Amino acid sequence: MRVLSWLYLALAYAFVFLPIAVLVAFSFQDGRLPVPPFKGFSLQWYDKVLGDSALMTALWHSALVAFVSSALALVMGFLAAHALARVRLPGSVLMRGVLIAPMTVSYLIIALGLLTTFNQAGVSLSLWTAGIGHVVINLPLCFAICYAAMGDQQKNAERAARDLGASEARVLWLISAPMLAPALGAAFFLSVTFSWDEFIITFLLTRFDVTLPVEIWSMLRSGLSPATNAVGSLVFLVSITAVLLMEILLFLRPR
Amino acid sequence: MTANVSIRSVTQRYGTALALNNVSLDIAAGEFVVLLGPSGCGKTTLLNLIGGFAEPAAGQILIGGRDMVGVGPAQRPTTTVFQDYALFPHMTLADNVGFGLRMRGVSRPERRARAEQMLALVGLPGRADRRPHELSGGQRQRVALARALAVEPDVLLLDEPLGALDLKLRRAMQDELKAIQTQVGTTFVHVTHDQEEAMAVADRIVVMNAGQIADLGTPREVYLRPKTLFSAAFMGEVNQIAVQNGQTALGPLLPGTGTLLIRPECIGLTGPLPLGPCTVTDAAFFGTHIRAHVTPLAADLRLTVHLPQSTAIAPGQTLTLFATDHHMLSAP
Repeated sequence: MRVLSWLYLALAYAFVFLPIAVLVAFSFQDGRLPVPPFKGFSLQWYDKVLGDSALMTALWHSALVAFVSSALALVMGFLAAHALARVRLPGSVLMRGVLIAPMTVSYLIIALGLLTTFNQAGVSLSLWTAGIGHVVINLPLCFAICYAAMGDQQKNAERAARDLGASEARVLWLISAPMLAPALGAAFFLSVTFSWDEFIITFLLTRFDVTLPVEIWSMLRSGLSPATNAVGSLVFLVSITAVLLMEILLFLRPR
Repeated sequence: MTANVSIRSVTQRYGTALALNNVSLDIAAGEFVVLLGPSGCGKTTLLNLIGGFAEPAAGQILIGGRDMVGVGPAQRPTTTVFQDYALFPHMTLADNVGFGLRMRGVSRPERRARAEQMLALVGLPGRADRRPHELSGGQRQRVALARALAVEPDVLLLDEPLGALDLKLRRAMQDELKAIQTQVGTTFVHVTHDQEEAMAVADRIVVMNAGQIADLGTPREVYLRPKTLFSAAFMGEVNQIAVQNGQTALGPLLPGTGTLLIRPECIGLTGPLPLGPCTVTDAAFFGTHIRAHVTPLAADLRLTVHLPQSTAIAPGQTLTLFATDHHMLSAP
């Protein structure tokens, strides 16, 4: 039984990570095709990818959209969570529900809705519109993480700060935000990961300036190449770094 | 800095429940007042109203003669020491204590100097760079006190400040609290449900029950000359003997109609008011005294008495007892 359970564990991990492992392995392929047999180790594809200005521009765009949209989603989510956790408003349960609702809607539907809205409003598509799309998907996430992290300890400390003469803005900046720093960091990096990997919203809401996933998609249309693997590996590296940062912030914070 | 507090006909409701029912109270500048009562009596509600954390449904609160209506906690000349300390965990003790001064635009070096001075006052010198999680409960409460006093409030509000401490530490902190209050001269309004704590620190005790003031006076007055039965019972154990036109179950003791109140330690083997011969039903050694229950031969009554340690006493024995002090609460 012991052996079976370990085998099951190994299979489960293999199922999840084998495609990624294969992708990364063949990014080092010394040949023209990212398929077996493995012909030898080479960094030529990384060299090619890092020298490709279209890819590097897309990488920069991805980072820009990820960081700016995540920062916006975090600020909005934090403020909403703070208000709904602290102030008893009429219909606050409904407001909470509506804030979280976009989580349940498929990205495709959100993208189509935004596309229609932008067209109607005469807003031309750009990285900005893609960024707005990312705020829409990440705001519920940031809100939920911040809301869950707010406890009585913050509430009492905020009350004490107010009592000592702090204005609401200073209470937020000097007390609430620093006390919630681990949750805020986790929400931010998780948002960055989601935005960084996101394809369908960016694909539908950008035109000339595109992000990395969209650029990879257009590379794929011209056939398989280890270069795609190399850029995919880079994307994965960034995602995994952000997730690790989030986990460190959320679970390993010193007490 | 210090100021008087005047509470005028204050009423407060939570939904349909009446938390405070037409309460009026005058607190002198520099006075140490304790609001004492069981949970739900309205003492914390009253403290929150003074601190500006809530607005009264009716009535007026004046601090230093100034009407506080519409003035938030930040603008009031009050600060609060909370039961759970509510320290800022991400700041050093110096930054915690200096927070109120920072909000008032005091420069960093000046804040630092003042924080060190306040930490020394509460018995934590040289700890300015520590963080709250490095401290024990008692030390955290001292920091909370230093933080609240650092801005030199006119009135300091203490919401069950010693409630989370163990008994021994609580008794030690009471003495310090009283000493600090005498030193700074600020008006202290302290909420507790512990009557011993109240007597240890208060200039004046306000006993509250069901949203109203049941009694108020010095610890001696409230303990020995209570104005209501509630106050008499809340302040400690008391023997109650009904008096009807001068007659009691023990025979004629006092003129009038009402309730005769005698504290257990006010019963002894000599005294001005004879209670007659009593049979001891049980007795136990309590360290500072012997606690016994006795039944007067004349009546079907059970009295609790505290006798000196040295008294030789055994169940079944008959003693002639006297009241050394008593208080007659006349029926309205």
